[in-house]
Amino acid sequence: MYSIRRWVVRNARFFEATYQAFEPVVIKLAPLWNKVGYQRVEKPVSKLEKLSKELLFDCKMCGQCALSATGMSCPMNCPKSMRNGPCGGVLQNGNCEVLPDKRCVWVEAWEGSKKMQGGGEIHVVQLPLDHRLQGSSSWLRVARQATDEASQHKQERHDD
Amino acid sequence: MINHNTGDACQAMKSTAYSSNGRLERVLKAGYFAVTSELAPPDSANPADVYARARVFDGYVDSMNATDGSGANCHMSSVAMCALLTRAGYDTVMQVSCRDRNRIAIQGDVLGAAALGVNNILCLTGDGVQVGDHPEAKPVFDLDSMSLLGVIAGLRDKKTFVSGRKISDPPQVFLGAAENPFVPPQDFRPYRLAKKIAAGAQFIQTQYCFDIPQFETFMAQSRDLGLLEKCFILPGVGPLASAGAANWMRNHVPGVHIPDAVIKRLEGAQDQRQEGRQICIEMIQQLREVAGVSGVHIMAHRQESAVADIIDQSGVLGERRPWFPGSDQVCDAQHELPVGLSPE
Repeated sequence: MYSIRRWVVRNARFFEATYQAFEPVVIKLAPLWNKVGYQRVEKPVSKLEKLSKELLFDCKMCGQCALSATGMSCPMNCPKSMRNGPCGGVLQNGNCEVLPDKRCVWVEAWEGSKKMQGGGEIHVVQLPLDHRLQGSSSWLRVARQATDEASQHKQERHDD
Repeated sequence: MINHNTGDACQAMKSTAYSSNGRLERVLKAGYFAVTSELAPPDSANPADVYARARVFDGYVDSMNATDGSGANCHMSSVAMCALLTRAGYDTVMQVSCRDRNRIAIQGDVLGAAALGVNNILCLTGDGVQVGDHPEAKPVFDLDSMSLLGVIAGLRDKKTFVSGRKISDPPQVFLGAAENPFVPPQDFRPYRLAKKIAAGAQFIQTQYCFDIPQFETFMAQSRDLGLLEKCFILPGVGPLASAGAANWMRNHVPGVHIPDAVIKRLEGAQDQRQEGRQICIEMIQQLREVAGVSGVHIMAHRQESAVADIIDQSGVLGERRPWFPGSDQVCDAQHELPVGLSPE
């Protein structure tokens, strides 16, 4: 919802801290995800993720969550799907050129990121989206990546 | 995959190594004040229309931007415009917008365009379809301007498609991007420029500048971020046809910022069209004095025939006469296009 989405950005630091506490838990649960199988767990987890993030961020489940780099303002709400900053058509009142009665997602993102500890991430260029991940869980992907990286690390040390 | 985060795509920003075989890059790197202009594509399949439109700029511009469905209106494609113009020897800036094509189509077009002699590419996100003449069309936006820069820099420097698959001969192109220092969030705009440079931008053409102080603020911030050594900045300028036209643009064209003072000055003029051109000339002269400005980009919608005069009167070219078809021959001013390319 639009008003909730904007409230979240105003409280971007709180949501950043919440996610910072939440992410290690998801990663710690990796053995469980592994045991049950990522494929089997994907459906309920992505459903849960969708429910909560849709409510808070108007999340579009792109599967490659960038909220930490966008001031907690979901870039997929930009009508041009811009993931790297505002376009040149932002209205003088800070609203969107396509949806003139709504705030530009990136004006919001810049304000949100200024409130966040890791707000500097907004300066990192985001890669093009992988459209195959649409609808999948970003949380599980983070957990999987973290465990993959850890095991790779272990493997490398073992090889040395 | 292209690694956007290392910034190594921006290796040859203002270095003396050339990324392209084009004149625009050489003019800029030699330190001349460059002039580019927007070339409106015709609503026609007749190549003569393209050459006729290009000819009005002969001897006054270093490169011409072929727009890619600007304002989300359908016209001849930028790749075809550039292909025709390069046949006559012109240097062109091919605009690529992310609105109408996905990464497969765009990468194919970039290879094709480079094969046809296109030396410069301007990476844009593009206007939304709702502002154009086909509002019912599907907006693509598979990439955004930033990732588009990275994709083309990857084709050129890493010789790979986004997929990682190798290409044998990379497109030798000079990469550009757009910036609009005049709209919110203004304090983020220099950082966005930094991001574009990290993604691969070597030159920037901006939205219309009618507000010098605001532009100077943007340039000062960009200088503090160390961006001006890495990138050539060509602010956009253009003649306003009348106070009414200026008002309309301000209210209907997203991203155009025209201060009240400019509109008042037009309203007070006897000949508003002439005053609009005079303002444009003064803008060019003032912009030339701003540190870090390497040239201007002229967008003279429906006033293309006035561009030569405006540039002439601004004096920015000095004695320099940019190349045009026939300028290499003995200059008795009778410049003719190669056989078969004459618009008549």
